[in-house]
Amino acid sequence: MKRRTLLATAAMGLALAGSPAFAQDKPKIAFVYVGPVNDGGWSQHHHEAAMKMKEHFGDAIEVIEQESVPEGADAERVLTQMALSGADLIFTTSFGYMDATINVAAKFPDVKFEHATGYKTADNVSAYSARFYEGRAITGYLAGAMTKSNKIGYIGSFPIPEVIRGINSSFLHARKANPNVEMSVVWLSTWFDPAKEADATQALLDQGVDVVLAHTDSTAPLAVLEKAGGFGFGQAGDMYDYAPQPRISSIIDEWAPYYIDRVQAIIDGTWASQNVWQGIGDGMVGIGEITGPVPEDVKATVLKMKDDIASGAYHPFTGPINKQDGSAWLAEGEVAEDGVLAGMDFYVEGLTAEIPH
Amino acid sequence: MDPVLLVASIMVSATPILLAAIGEMVVEKAGVLNLGVEGMMITGAVVGFAAAVSTGSPLVGFAAAALASAVLSLSFGFLTQVLLSNQVATGLGLTLVGLGLSALVGASFEGVRAPGMHKLRIPLLADIPVFGPMFFRHDVMVYVSLLLVLAVWAFLKYTRAGLILRAVGEDHESAHALGYKVVRVRMAAIFFGGACAGLGGAYVSLVRVPQWTEGMTAGAGWIALAIVVFASWRPLGVLIGAYLFGGVTVLQLNLQAAGANVPVELLSMSPYLITILVLVIISARGVHGAPGSLGRSFHAST
Repeated sequence: MKRRTLLATAAMGLALAGSPAFAQDKPKIAFVYVGPVNDGGWSQHHHEAAMKMKEHFGDAIEVIEQESVPEGADAERVLTQMALSGADLIFTTSFGYMDATINVAAKFPDVKFEHATGYKTADNVSAYSARFYEGRAITGYLAGAMTKSNKIGYIGSFPIPEVIRGINSSFLHARKANPNVEMSVVWLSTWFDPAKEADATQALLDQGVDVVLAHTDSTAPLAVLEKAGGFGFGQAGDMYDYAPQPRISSIIDEWAPYYIDRVQAIIDGTWASQNVWQGIGDGMVGIGEITGPVPEDVKATVLKMKDDIASGAYHPFTGPINKQDGSAWLAEGEVAEDGVLAGMDFYVEGLTAEIPH
Repeated sequence: MDPVLLVASIMVSATPILLAAIGEMVVEKAGVLNLGVEGMMITGAVVGFAAAVSTGSPLVGFAAAALASAVLSLSFGFLTQVLLSNQVATGLGLTLVGLGLSALVGASFEGVRAPGMHKLRIPLLADIPVFGPMFFRHDVMVYVSLLLVLAVWAFLKYTRAGLILRAVGEDHESAHALGYKVVRVRMAAIFFGGACAGLGGAYVSLVRVPQWTEGMTAGAGWIALAIVVFASWRPLGVLIGAYLFGGVTVLQLNLQAAGANVPVELLSMSPYLITILVLVIISARGVHGAPGSLGRSFHAST
């Protein structure tokens, strides 16, 4: 008798587990970050966007996160573990996770993946990225307008198209503000190493640079600029703690609306693979308040530029633009195609030094 | 490129690894291999930052950092010297504990500003052209690290206590037979090594970056370990090694900033290449300088 009851209970349990109304079935959304969630930059911003998304859905979903996951073999292990633990949608939030994401996705066709800033997709893998070069046009123009030594610096992480686009966009617009601007680029081969970022900032300052644009994740460059003098920008986050000086504006990642959108698609069962690239107009790239001693006319110019980019009236890569070696790239009035921008592996004319390979 | 500014930034960049490496060298001289340098450094970084912010004094921060890391290193000492656990595994564990603990402690210090550390202007010397700005206008910790190297060198070479420490590291059985307290000497060395690593970590969070960020020592502790081997356990070698590693890092950043077309990857890996080269040379000579009892557990009954 007892045994029969037990069996019946087990059978009922199985039946319940199979029905879609059972509580266990709520979508499990996973996030993987390359740095700690309090790095003050990239990873923190993805984490905050994930939290906004979680707040939006409340108890309807479950969110799991894993921070400081190195790009490479470790990432594959973490992703596999997440897929095995029942995640329905996994956001992999760094360029270097691209191959790991594709590999793991092939093994788990029922799990959906969203990879940030990559270009590879599959039936269950979407790619999403922001047109940061639109924001970098704004910060580049400010850098060119604010430099007194006519020397600005750019701290690059890895020589990937995303970063090279940012360098080109910043440089072109710095020259628009000030035709005499020279730009030094320092590569760090890391997204997050505050001591190295601080040393790089100091090295640039020692070379006479007085405005530093950074494409790494910590606030260390601003900390050094605050002490040594010069201007910098918030990156990924607003970094308003350093305003009004040295931070004179910022380029902000706005991921939350996208996350809410995609999780909704999972709940509705309408999720489909896509490859999106959104900018200031779609709200994925934000510009922080312009602070410090930026002159009113400069401020007006960049705000107009921002509106024009948002409305599509202006594209940051509009000809005439030559490549570094002097060969023609874009003719007068010609606008760069997305395909070329996505794979950008060359500097524009006027930049010195070479891209490391 | 201005050589004056370059040398000045090399000195700042090398100071954390110099502090950590000279401490670790003393630990290894006593025959103990503590791989937990990274964990002790990051603990020093967060505790030093927290103490400096709370009191407004960077010097209090440095003192707190040294004490906290030294106390943490005693847990390693207790496990390896009293309970005779494996030194390599325990050291790695210490690093993991330090990284986790620092993240926990540091959570409330994100985005907080550290009190500034004044730069000294050493009277007369600071006014010498070229050499003044190069060597004599740094914060006090740069000189503390250099004095520490000198003190360790003199201690090991000229004092009786230094001789005992070396004897314990070379052959703990003999030292024990002569009546020296092997475990006690090693505990003292571990404590000193922890304090030095703590100072190194605090230098990163209080002077070099001036802020707290999780994981901010970013492998400096491992470089310190490599420097001890590079130096073949000699204080002067530690000094040269630390300035070489720090120097190459700063030099390659400066070369890039100056727009020089040099293969950056080659420069970045050159300290490691030189370390391997030094290892090859010292093993070819047959004299590697490693203490005889390095990494071996000691118990009076065996």
